[in-house]
Amino acid sequence: MATLKLHDLRKSFGPVAVLHGIDLALASGEMLVIVGASGCGKSTLLRLVAGLEDPTAGAIELDGKDVARLDPAERDIAMVFQNYALYPHMSVFDNMAYALKIRGLTKADITTRVQETAEMLGLGPLLARKPRQLSGGQRQRVAMGRAIVRHPKLFLFDEPLSNLDATLRVTMRAEIKRLQRRMGVTSLYVTHDQVEAMTLGDRLLVLHQGRAVQLATPMEVFERPANVYVAGFIGAPAMNFLPATLSHGGTAASLALGPVIPFVDGRRAGADGMALTIGIRPEHVVADAAGEELQVDLLEPLGSETVVIGRLSNGEMLSVKLPKAEAPTERMSVGFPAAALHVFDAATGLRLDPG
Amino acid sequence: MERRTIFGGWLLPAAFVLPQLLLTVFFFLWPAGEAIYGSLTRQDAFGLRTQFIGLENFVDLFEDPLYVESMWRTVYFCAAVSLLSMSVALLLAVFADREIAGRGFYRTMLIWPYAIAPAVAAVLWILLLHPQIGMVAHGLKAIGVVWDYKINGGQAMLVVILASAWKQVSYNFIFFLAGLQSIPRSVIEAARMDGARGWRRFRTIIFPLLAPTTFFLLVVNLVYSAFDTFGTIQALTHGGPGKSTETLVVKVYRDGVVNLDLGGSSAQSVVLMVGIVVLTVVQFRFLGKRDKT
Repeated sequence: MATLKLHDLRKSFGPVAVLHGIDLALASGEMLVIVGASGCGKSTLLRLVAGLEDPTAGAIELDGKDVARLDPAERDIAMVFQNYALYPHMSVFDNMAYALKIRGLTKADITTRVQETAEMLGLGPLLARKPRQLSGGQRQRVAMGRAIVRHPKLFLFDEPLSNLDATLRVTMRAEIKRLQRRMGVTSLYVTHDQVEAMTLGDRLLVLHQGRAVQLATPMEVFERPANVYVAGFIGAPAMNFLPATLSHGGTAASLALGPVIPFVDGRRAGADGMALTIGIRPEHVVADAAGEELQVDLLEPLGSETVVIGRLSNGEMLSVKLPKAEAPTERMSVGFPAAALHVFDAATGLRLDPG
Repeated sequence: MERRTIFGGWLLPAAFVLPQLLLTVFFFLWPAGEAIYGSLTRQDAFGLRTQFIGLENFVDLFEDPLYVESMWRTVYFCAAVSLLSMSVALLLAVFADREIAGRGFYRTMLIWPYAIAPAVAAVLWILLLHPQIGMVAHGLKAIGVVWDYKINGGQAMLVVILASAWKQVSYNFIFFLAGLQSIPRSVIEAARMDGARGWRRFRTIIFPLLAPTTFFLLVVNLVYSAFDTFGTIQALTHGGPGKSTETLVVKVYRDGVVNLDLGGSSAQSVVLMVGIVVLTVVQFRFLGKRDKT
């Protein structure tokens, strides 16, 4: 267990800046999920912490000690790789024992620790096998076991579930969460999968083009996204965005579509006429006979619910998530409940809060 | 997935393989057949009469202490050449695999010796090591080493081993480099995270994962040093001084072409042929199996 602090961590590959100064502090035992689209720098961030890449500038403090210039061997950090990176020529036992052997533990200690960990992960009967004789899920477990058996200060997960099929992914996701809680090891978890991000993290760090755009609990990120990017990235189907302007002395949004929706939570700072982006999640849009007409383009049945994708009268796209029974076939009228609106400054993309 | 092209008849496919078949027949099968037949006969000194004598040539061969001696010399030579060229190549490949400036340049340079003809390579080594005109020889004399591989058999052996190994380093280098590059980066990184550094990482992760490449190269190098070094040895020492660098292939040439014992020389060729067959089978067996798993 350890605390992790990043101070203004930067990384450039030649002239290309990948990370523009990341600050972060993890409490002991916390699981932080780093989420973002591919190319946002999340894997680079993880590799910097691991020591597999050297930072261009900044500090990485593990338990108060700067490790940014140390070799990975001296950091006491374990990592689970996306493709598991098991040693193909070694048995499961040897894969897990490798790091312990290097640290010079006695044979008896190594055996005890590997067996303990193997029991915990249900790998007991597989210890003599080679990685190529294992299924994807089993390899994943061995990769976890190899990290756990070391009792490291910090766990790093680099999209560990993305090579598994959907069913297994859900199972392993729950298992990772359970293990992490039980071990209480501070963890960084990188993923592009928002479901993983929402379910696994104590907190989320949303990265966009090498910058941290929001650091908060998963629910806060979902309920109060810091900007248009986060709002569109977290939540499925993605949030709808409608252009609007500020009106009525900052107390309402006048949609380009026509209707004026008053803010229920207070006035926004800014002059009337300022360009806004109004966000509303598909599940918050309601059927409303007195509302706006929506021409249905496409229906995506999800089982109990159906996603309706259509065009508003001014040609803007809108998706609506409805209970299956309410799904229309050709057209419907929709309303935008005032309480469900997210208000963003159209120029900066930043969230505008009341006050 | 298997991809095959379906031909209508047999004429066109036959025409495609014919040139290669002809080459094989004229340059491999025919001479090999001649050698096998020749190994069972004895000719008089002028080549006027040929007599069928069964396996007598082979019996003579293995009873000849000079032949047995040459065999051991060849074993020593092959082991030395393979070991030397493979270890140097591996070392170079490990260095060239690193993220260094200008590694493309190094890689190209390291591959060049492979393109040099054996005789030319030999001339190069003569210019370096010749007791009278060689640069290295001068250096050795300056530090008090008595250097004359034309008289000293041990030194002559050293020279042919050096020259032969040098020729083969490029080939080994290419394969080792490819082998190193095919090791997944993440496996190496996992080892780094597990705390393995430098020599330990090489010994416990990289070298074992290179094993298929190493085994393949071992077979290829043994074949090379046993059979393909004739040109180099002939140009450097002619198998001398005395018989000190006379490997089996050199002996075939000396006994057959120089001393005109065609039957005996053919028998030696047949023995070598069996050696090649054995090595080839070994290679196919083990490397073929590895690919399937």
